[in-house]
Amino acid sequence: MRIRIKFRKYGAMKFIGHLDIMRYFQKSIRRAGIDIAYSEGFHPHPLISFAAPLGVGITSDGEYFDIVVNSSDTSKHSLEVLNEVMAEGVEVVSYKRLLDSDAKAMTAVAAADYKLWIRENYEAPQIDYEAALFQFFRKPEEILITKKTKKSEKVMDLKKLVFHFQIEMEQGRPVFYLKVSTGSTDNLKPELVLSTFFEWLGQDFHPLSIQNHRIDVYGKKDGALVSLGEMGEIIE
Amino acid sequence: MKRLALSDEILLTIEKPARYIGNEINSIQKEKKDVNIRFVMCFPDVYEIGMSHLGIQILYDMFNKMEDVWCERVYSPWPDLHKILKEKKIPLFALESQDAVRGFDFLGITLQYEMCYTNILQILDLAQIPLLAKDRTNEDPFVIGGGPCAYNPEPLADFFDLFYIGEGETSYDALFDIYKEWKSSGRCRDEFLRQAAKVPGIYAPSLYQVKYHTDGTISSFAPIEEGIPEKIEKQVVLELSEAVYPEKPLVPFLQATQDRVVLEIQRGCIRGCRFCQAGMIYRPTREKEAEVLKKYASLMLKNTGYDEISLSSLSSSDYSNLKELVTYLIDEFQEKGVNISLPSLRIDAFSLDVMEKVQDIKKSSLTFAPEAGSQRLRDVINKGLTKEVILEGAGQAFAGGWQKVKLYFMLGLPTEEEADRCAIAELANQIAACYYDIPKEIRNGKCQITISTSFFVPKPFTPFQWASMHKEEDYLHFAKTVNEAVKNQLNRKSIRYNWHEADVTVLEGVFARGDRRLSKVILRAYEKGCIFDAWSDFFDNEAWKQAFCETGIDPEFYTVRKRSLDEIFPWDFIDAGVTKEFLKREYENALAQKVTNNCRMKCSGCGAGKYQGGVCVENSN
Repeated sequence: MRIRIKFRKYGAMKFIGHLDIMRYFQKSIRRAGIDIAYSEGFHPHPLISFAAPLGVGITSDGEYFDIVVNSSDTSKHSLEVLNEVMAEGVEVVSYKRLLDSDAKAMTAVAAADYKLWIRENYEAPQIDYEAALFQFFRKPEEILITKKTKKSEKVMDLKKLVFHFQIEMEQGRPVFYLKVSTGSTDNLKPELVLSTFFEWLGQDFHPLSIQNHRIDVYGKKDGALVSLGEMGEIIE
Repeated sequence: MKRLALSDEILLTIEKPARYIGNEINSIQKEKKDVNIRFVMCFPDVYEIGMSHLGIQILYDMFNKMEDVWCERVYSPWPDLHKILKEKKIPLFALESQDAVRGFDFLGITLQYEMCYTNILQILDLAQIPLLAKDRTNEDPFVIGGGPCAYNPEPLADFFDLFYIGEGETSYDALFDIYKEWKSSGRCRDEFLRQAAKVPGIYAPSLYQVKYHTDGTISSFAPIEEGIPEKIEKQVVLELSEAVYPEKPLVPFLQATQDRVVLEIQRGCIRGCRFCQAGMIYRPTREKEAEVLKKYASLMLKNTGYDEISLSSLSSSDYSNLKELVTYLIDEFQEKGVNISLPSLRIDAFSLDVMEKVQDIKKSSLTFAPEAGSQRLRDVINKGLTKEVILEGAGQAFAGGWQKVKLYFMLGLPTEEEADRCAIAELANQIAACYYDIPKEIRNGKCQITISTSFFVPKPFTPFQWASMHKEEDYLHFAKTVNEAVKNQLNRKSIRYNWHEADVTVLEGVFARGDRRLSKVILRAYEKGCIFDAWSDFFDNEAWKQAFCETGIDPEFYTVRKRSLDEIFPWDFIDAGVTKEFLKREYENALAQKVTNNCRMKCSGCGAGKYQGGVCVENSN
């Protein structure tokens, strides 16, 4: 039986990297007594696979992983036992049985929602963000940028990879909402969109001045983006 | 959620920020107002090493079970953070509360190896606590050291207010009671040290005076006033099964060097190898009951979620109920995906059978620690392992499908000669030959014998505490001899040889048997930027040499000098159980190549019998 677990990551836990979070959950599942299944072989490992890795320093309300279990208690009870063994800063918010038709979390990932803001101890540029956004993002047919990796450079079109870009003023400071392509093929980091935007504005961009928060992760179902948390059903 | 001591910007700039945020599973939070004593326990090395240490886990658990004590942890900040803390003048903080270390009542530092001594100064420096104990005021914590290197604490005498000699489980209650009384009295700092010095096992270095002969050796070592004990008695827990042990050990987010449940099955060792300090200072050997261990194994696996459990002891094969315990662990936990690791096992039919069950033979290797190449030298060091036993064990293992063997030796042992060094290569060759005796069609390609040598460092409270060391270049020459000898073996293609640098060995030797005059060398080396000396990337031998030179201290006084049998050693004020007479006797036996029986075969009257516990009273009921 396949189970999808959704969790939140906040506070000091944002400094725990992806690999360490994976190891953390392997242990947490054992502590909680979830009847997880193991692989065959000399060193059996628990069957657990994570959706989209989250960078160090980013908080999230929508992280996902799938596990295979031999048997399961109700969703409500499983949530309780898991949350009893969590560290402060990680909260499990959903535990659902996947249907056969639901793709694995890892392969399903297509997009993610982010909210980014400028940390309080940094000054936020005072400009007309709505107008700037129109000129920078809505008006052009394509926005070509070069993404540098260790080995190669890749030209990407932001218009194709940014599905949604909105700026809201909260207490006089801009908050950036982005829905971007995520996953193994066309992965776009929202910080890259912001730095391109700031560059276009002629403003300095300090990566450390930005706090990034992931809101949710989406998969594709029948051509439409569906939250990974929408998939599966609650075990009563 | 609590505030972190470091800003997001700092944490995102440094390597592995998870080292500094605390919040680990099973870490303890308390309310400051509910406790009287705030203790911060330090392992002066990087987080991943420090978190692997069992002793701190035991004391952390024990202290936090005390209602009015809150024990937290701190480890050495990596050089990247070190730089930032210095530049921005951010005081070093404890992980749990993220509060500055300098505001605590006690800073406890575990002394596991000599090469972490400059890291102790780093901790004090970054914590903004005066480096020298004499400069501290009532506002500063009391800095207390413990662990194996506390059996010769003298090189650190200037930096510590107190040392705790022996096992931590026994005397902290008494020390804390005195502290609470002192704290409410408002008296001066020395007054507390004076009272503390009367607690069994507590040593206050400032209350003792050392005088020297003109040749630099000690002429007298005595308390400076009445009422301070002349001898400090090491502390021993006699009923180990009933002693505190963490049911809920800390689980780090980062992968620690030892990232598993550790089950201490016994303390001490019956073998009496003459080079081994642990085998002497943890006497008498005490076992934990198998039933108690089974209970702890279940609880600890459940409370941590680890998928691996390791038995801890100096010589697991000597644990009386090993078979029962290991069978239980395999039957109970292996199906639940738990790996069982069994270090320090003698290779015999039983251990091979167990290893076959718990390891992948093709990938794992067999480990032997003959420590010396020739039988003659093994008799000198009292390592009761014979060539026949090694070859028999290796033969059985090869027949069972193993192909890899690791061999551990020491170079620079007392009485060692060229022939003993060559014998290392010869032994490896014979083991390989043993493998190639298996018919070609049955065996699976080549075997792989790996020889590793370390250079021997004489330690206090061992029969070799009188032994001279060698010069740096001599050590390298010894290693070269072994390397050449390996090349001359028939099976050389199946043998690999690794050895270590010798400069660290010499320094380790200086501090292992050093006196309090060395404090100023350590201080000077730290001022010159020496830090993380145990890490070859950071070790700066040149800076150390300068530090010795500038402080006018000759390192060779502590290493190559010949010590006479009646010399007063800096550590003689400690009563470690084993008597100086016994150690002398054993040193003479070593020189006469006479083997001494292990504790179970025959008591050698080492002195630990006075504690009336463990193996000393095993068959007397």
